[in-house]
Amino acid sequence: MTATARDAPIESLIAVAGRWPRSQPRAFLALAAFLWALLYRALAPASEVLVSALPVDRASHLGGALQFFLYDTPKVLLLLTGIVFVMGMVNSHFTPERTRALLAGRTEGAANVMAASLGVVTPFCSCSAVPLFIGFVQAGVPLGVTFSFLISAPMVNEVALTLLFGLFGWQIAVLYLGLGLSVAIVAGWIIGRLKMEASLEDWVSQMPRVDPRLGEHTVTLPERIEAGFGAVREIVGRVWPYILAGIAVGAAIHGYVPEAFMASIMGKDAWWAVPLAVLMGVPMYTNAAGVIPIVQALLTKGAALGTVLAFMMSVIALSLPELVILRKVLRPRLIATFVAVVASGILLVGYVFNAVL
Amino acid sequence: MKNVKVLGAGCANCRNTVKLIETIAHDQGIDIQLEKVEGMKDITSYGIMSTPGVVIDGQVVHAGGVPSRQKVEGWLTANSA
Repeated sequence: MTATARDAPIESLIAVAGRWPRSQPRAFLALAAFLWALLYRALAPASEVLVSALPVDRASHLGGALQFFLYDTPKVLLLLTGIVFVMGMVNSHFTPERTRALLAGRTEGAANVMAASLGVVTPFCSCSAVPLFIGFVQAGVPLGVTFSFLISAPMVNEVALTLLFGLFGWQIAVLYLGLGLSVAIVAGWIIGRLKMEASLEDWVSQMPRVDPRLGEHTVTLPERIEAGFGAVREIVGRVWPYILAGIAVGAAIHGYVPEAFMASIMGKDAWWAVPLAVLMGVPMYTNAAGVIPIVQALLTKGAALGTVLAFMMSVIALSLPELVILRKVLRPRLIATFVAVVASGILLVGYVFNAVL
Repeated sequence: MKNVKVLGAGCANCRNTVKLIETIAHDQGIDIQLEKVEGMKDITSYGIMSTPGVVIDGQVVHAGGVPSRQKVEGWLTANSA
């Protein structure tokens, strides 16, 4: 089958789906939400029926693994599609330009909090890290505030939060949101205090100043719906293979690894578990979406929550490819400071959680 | 002939944008001069904050994400002054 033959039905479906939301945006959203909720409720019984129809004992290792896979995969993908769609609509309001206008000229402290929060809702891809960084600096956003944004944007995003919510429950998702924001705020504030503006590459500090004010442009509801579809195509289209692979490995761990096996390696008592988890996370960037299902399975086998959270944050916030990209605008001293400050924050989060829970 | 520049440092979305513009120009039989701008300094000099960006005859028309087919068709078929 050729690529065009495969894409044709999808393209025409998008075309049909594309006309209606434009003429009746509210009705479309209401119906879409209703259908989504219906599907979501039907998942658990459907997966039980499916597994019981297979020639496998539900109580066996294989049965447990299959049920986990057949229930969690559609659940997470459905959740992700819904949330990415809604976030795509919200994101169409928070363009990087608008965020920059909100942050420009503010003093540190409160601006760090704002930058970290805006990082959650502003669309961000690590390949845009440099243009975004320069755009912020050019408009006079303080360096530390820029870092608060750059740390929070990739770490606390809708994909990570949705996976956490779907696989761990809302408490852990909220916890991750709070901790991620705290690390971004404090790390950015410290970098700001260190006054390292001289550690930018020369061509960056020589870029002409830019006026951050915006031209007025209001986004209509149909345009927002279109942005939602665009986000689903782009984000869900990119991460679903990782999630599938992650849940498959997670299912295998779930069914086969004995209870409490992980307690010895990733448990509370091993003091070196947290730093090791952070270290292991650095080269693992591209698998962020796939790592959460695995981590969930590890948790049920006795790994400590703080260690697991530290691992996830390190995977997402400290990635080797992003550091390579940032090296184009930052001198090594500033890169090293950035890594050290963020890694310390993550370590602290890991230890505090292991101690408290 | 229109000069089309795609700004972006080789991420997946940037490659997809280049491919999309090439395909549409080919399908519509429009002759364009397509350039990839990959240097960070050059990209930021256009004042965009998210990649891929699209520049047509020196004018930034798009920044962030792969543009939709309709948008690209609009840019390519619009009469240049």
